[in-house]
Amino acid sequence: MALLEVKNIEKHFGQTQVLRDISFSLEEGQAMAIIGSSGSGKTTLLRCLNFLETPDGGSIAVRGETLFDAADPSTHSERDIRKKRLHFGMVFQSFNLFPQYTALQNVMLAEELLAKERPDFKQNRKQILDGIEAHAQALLADMGLADRAGHYPHQLSGGQQQRVAIARALALQPDILCFDEPTSALDPELTGEVLRVIRGLADQNTTMVIVTHEMAFARDVADQVIFMDGGIIVEQGPAREVIEHPQQERTRQFLSRYAEN
Amino acid sequence: MSLIMEQMPIVIHALNIGFIQTLKLFFVTLIGAIPLGLVIAFGSMNGMRPLGWLFSKFHYAPKNRVMKAIGEFKPIRVACRFLVWIIRGTPLMIQLLIIYYFPGLVLNNNIWGSGETGRFIASAVAFIINYSCYFSEIYRGGIQGVPVGQTEAGLVLGMTKPQIFFKVTLLQMVKRIVPPMSNEIITLVKDTSLARIIALQEVIWAGQAFMKGSQGISGAIWPLFFTAVYYLIFNGILTVLLGKLERKLDYFR
Repeated sequence: MALLEVKNIEKHFGQTQVLRDISFSLEEGQAMAIIGSSGSGKTTLLRCLNFLETPDGGSIAVRGETLFDAADPSTHSERDIRKKRLHFGMVFQSFNLFPQYTALQNVMLAEELLAKERPDFKQNRKQILDGIEAHAQALLADMGLADRAGHYPHQLSGGQQQRVAIARALALQPDILCFDEPTSALDPELTGEVLRVIRGLADQNTTMVIVTHEMAFARDVADQVIFMDGGIIVEQGPAREVIEHPQQERTRQFLSRYAEN
Repeated sequence: MSLIMEQMPIVIHALNIGFIQTLKLFFVTLIGAIPLGLVIAFGSMNGMRPLGWLFSKFHYAPKNRVMKAIGEFKPIRVACRFLVWIIRGTPLMIQLLIIYYFPGLVLNNNIWGSGETGRFIASAVAFIINYSCYFSEIYRGGIQGVPVGQTEAGLVLGMTKPQIFFKVTLLQMVKRIVPPMSNEIITLVKDTSLARIIALQEVIWAGQAFMKGSQGISGAIWPLFFTAVYYLIFNGILTVLLGKLERKLDYFR
């Protein structure tokens, strides 16, 4: 069974249809890249997965459990959606770190808040918090940021901030980690360090959905690629095949523009 | 000059008593208006559409423009913005007069009584309403100035809306509003003198008493001028404190 099953997602903003009949599935441990020009609906799709947007139609299931079904209002409750979001991690284009917290605190915050809901939190407070801190430290170390734990976001470079954001998303151990153009806000010399980290996650078989403009990266790191245009999936298949031998004319046009650069 | 030196102890004593009343009004207004302003700020951003909700309950999709507008009607937001418009659009002095005299003269029910306590409570009510409206607009700017990405980052991390407000947005909002709030708070110190219009015995009232005659001094205008020193010193202290707060929040951007 696929880990993530997305079926017939539809989304409108007013009169404009931004997503049309989007269906795909993703196996555990696989990485999927979503490519396409700006305005093709890639980001909206990712935001639907994280319930930052509510699809008008279709369903989303993780491990066979239907998290959202537009036809079933019982899946729309605000309280449940909060828990369902935890299946997904999200790394934003503009990092969105919390500026008043250090790198370490950014990684720890959500886990701490969730721990407070545990019935045994009061008794084992110190132990739980120590565990969370050790976990966060380890994540930052994995990102190559062990020496930056006490820095505030504005004291970090863009690449470092984005790596903190990745650690923060990983802290809650999501089933699927989503990236929304993780390197688009970075200087070219800083994209490398972030892509290296994502590559490392792929090597550890982290299930990921990555919206990206880095074609070579998508080809090398992703198992599957979806090419979107005008709110529909134009082409999908194994990454290397789609990017090197696209079947559709629109995919070819899109990729040739990248080849020129 | 020697006359002034002779009058000085009496005047200072009277002005001190007046200034205590000024300070009381100042602090009571702050304590009331800071939270009430937040309530009004949230009210004026409230998106509740009860009629639109009723429409959807009865599976009614408005077709013409009038019904669509009715479905979009947000009563809490409209009420709060209307209040802010009224309060910011009229002089505080008039509001003081209305709040103090309206119950007694128009409704024949003087809820404030006639003493200094009654005048103080009426003044405090007027000032709290007035200042909470100004504060609410500053808060609204502060809240809306925090990037949406902060809220979204909190949401995808499974935080509840209150957690996001208290743990993520609040401090960023506070940082943004400290400079405009400082401005407003310093204005409030001086605005308390408006309460003199309903004869609240604050510092200017106390200074003016020596013109008409009080405690053996009459026709003296210098005590009135001298009240400015009180405002100046107190605002100096406030400026230093608020500046400290601003610097304290300098550790993040």
